[in-house]
Amino acid sequence: MKKNWLSYPYLVWMLLFIFLPLLLVLYYSVTVRTEEGIRFTTEHFRRFLEPIYLRVLLRSLKLAFISTVLCLLLGYPMAMILAGNHFKQKNIMVFLFVVPMWMNFLLRTYAWMTLLEKKGLINTFLSWLGLSPLNLLYTEEAVVLGMVYNFLPFMVLPIYSVLSKIDKNLIEAAEDLGADSFTVFRKVIFPLSLPGVVSGITMVFMPAVTTFVISRLLGGGQFTLIGNLIEQQFLVVGDWNFGSAISMVMILVILLSIAVMSRYEKENEGGGLL
Amino acid sequence: MQEEHIINLVNVSKDYNGTEALNNINLYIRKNEFLTLLGPSGCGKTTTLRIIGGFEEPSTGDVLFNGVRINDLPPYKRKVNTVFQKYALFPHMNVYENVAFGLKIKKMDKKVIDQKVRNILALVNLAGYEKRDIDSLSGGQQQRVAIARALVNEPEVLLLDEPLGALDLKLRQEMQIELKNMQKRLGITFVYVTHDQEEALSMSDTIVVMKEGTIQQIGTPIDIYNEPKNAFVADFIGESNIIDGIMLRDYLVKFAGLEFECVDRGFAADEPVDVVIRPEDIQVVREADSPLKGEVKAVTFKGVHYEMLIDGNAIRWKIQSTVMAPTGAKVGLKIVPDAIHIMKKVTAQ
Repeated sequence: MKKNWLSYPYLVWMLLFIFLPLLLVLYYSVTVRTEEGIRFTTEHFRRFLEPIYLRVLLRSLKLAFISTVLCLLLGYPMAMILAGNHFKQKNIMVFLFVVPMWMNFLLRTYAWMTLLEKKGLINTFLSWLGLSPLNLLYTEEAVVLGMVYNFLPFMVLPIYSVLSKIDKNLIEAAEDLGADSFTVFRKVIFPLSLPGVVSGITMVFMPAVTTFVISRLLGGGQFTLIGNLIEQQFLVVGDWNFGSAISMVMILVILLSIAVMSRYEKENEGGGLL
Repeated sequence: MQEEHIINLVNVSKDYNGTEALNNINLYIRKNEFLTLLGPSGCGKTTTLRIIGGFEEPSTGDVLFNGVRINDLPPYKRKVNTVFQKYALFPHMNVYENVAFGLKIKKMDKKVIDQKVRNILALVNLAGYEKRDIDSLSGGQQQRVAIARALVNEPEVLLLDEPLGALDLKLRQEMQIELKNMQKRLGITFVYVTHDQEEALSMSDTIVVMKEGTIQQIGTPIDIYNEPKNAFVADFIGESNIIDGIMLRDYLVKFAGLEFECVDRGFAADEPVDVVIRPEDIQVVREADSPLKGEVKAVTFKGVHYEMLIDGNAIRWKIQSTVMAPTGAKVGLKIVPDAIHIMKKVTAQ
């Protein structure tokens, strides 16, 4: 018995709230409303190629890249500890790790503001120690910090889940064949965890490159990212056509990076990595 | 000393958080022999193997390798290689890379590695499979890769943990012969773990029968089959009729309400004993020809022989014979003195 109809509500939902809006965005991005009526144009895309906008794109990519690398460097060891055998309080650790994710994303970011402010917790502590206060908030570093803090779990969890599924016999087999623990990691554990790394990178890079909340709250509007640009065009400037064009560029960037990552993943499935 | 002991286990015990896995094991393994650790699951055979491989440390006692204590030596420093139960082949590498793994770690010359890998793959009949993915191989082929991957390192001792368990009967029998041939040809000491008594009997030079963390008997396959030390060994190695009996005096035992001549001596007068008789050692004769009589309850055809269950003198006898007596037939059972094995009762633990 086929139960295809069970998926109809979902399909309708997709159609109404994802597919149609996307079509609208596409439509806006290639049209312009003039006095004679609506005509097709590529002027919005050409406008995006102006250096001022390209710089925004570049900055978004740069900050997202830095955040992703930091997440990987912090997240991989974390995932290894969580997946480790020796660790008795494993569940508590995973729990502690997941708890912040239950809190609202905005609240968590606001919390960082109160920590980093001129008269925030950190600077109060520094002046109590007799040190001069630091300019922490509204810097590029603060934006990166916010991204790493918010997106770290998306790096840790996929790597953790891949690591904890690795057959312990493989590790013993490698040891048996003469591999010390570093070699076991380099030749067996890390190559086998790559699918987790790839999906972790994807899951951190995507939201990081499109975020506009973190850059606005922690960057104070000085570090306009592409997400802020889109938001501005829609909500402040009211230029839906240009906003749509930037969105289309963003979708393209994301699709491209997904394509690159998935291709990389496939190459590794064949066992080409030595 | 005439024979060289490559591995010695001295008073080795192992417990996991209070559960005893091994209880005071003493065992030596001679150079170039094929030794099998045999027993039901949970008897400690795999733990013993893992202690030799370095994956477990004994709680007490010593492991000696060529006379040197190696308790604390990590696995990667031991001159021992293991063929794991579920092969544990690296899924991200092809056949060649799997086999070359150990040699590459030893930083051998590329050409030497290439030569060795090709030789060993030819030895296990996998020449031409170098570039194949592990997933694309059958169970038997994966098994050969696992063996090749261990053997290519030329270990002094090869440990095998139920390596044929996942294969079907025919393939298993072929691999048994191949393994035995390899062991003879290469002159490597094999320590083999299995719960399959036939496998143990057909391949081993020495069998170590284990039960609940203790060694029950060590001996050649023939010794262990013909002269099992106790009822457990007798029952585990092949099928047996195990009957309560009383040793009246030397060479005379009473069981099933009758007195039988036997070949055993050295028991106390009227000592309760286990009498073990192999199913193929009981002859079915005409009812009038034996004081022990019974009625055939069931007959099963087993290929080479028939297996019959015969009730006689309040005992159900299991008998294997090439001659069949039909169900319901009244027969006599004849047991010659040679077929009667007397064993001391194992005191309940």
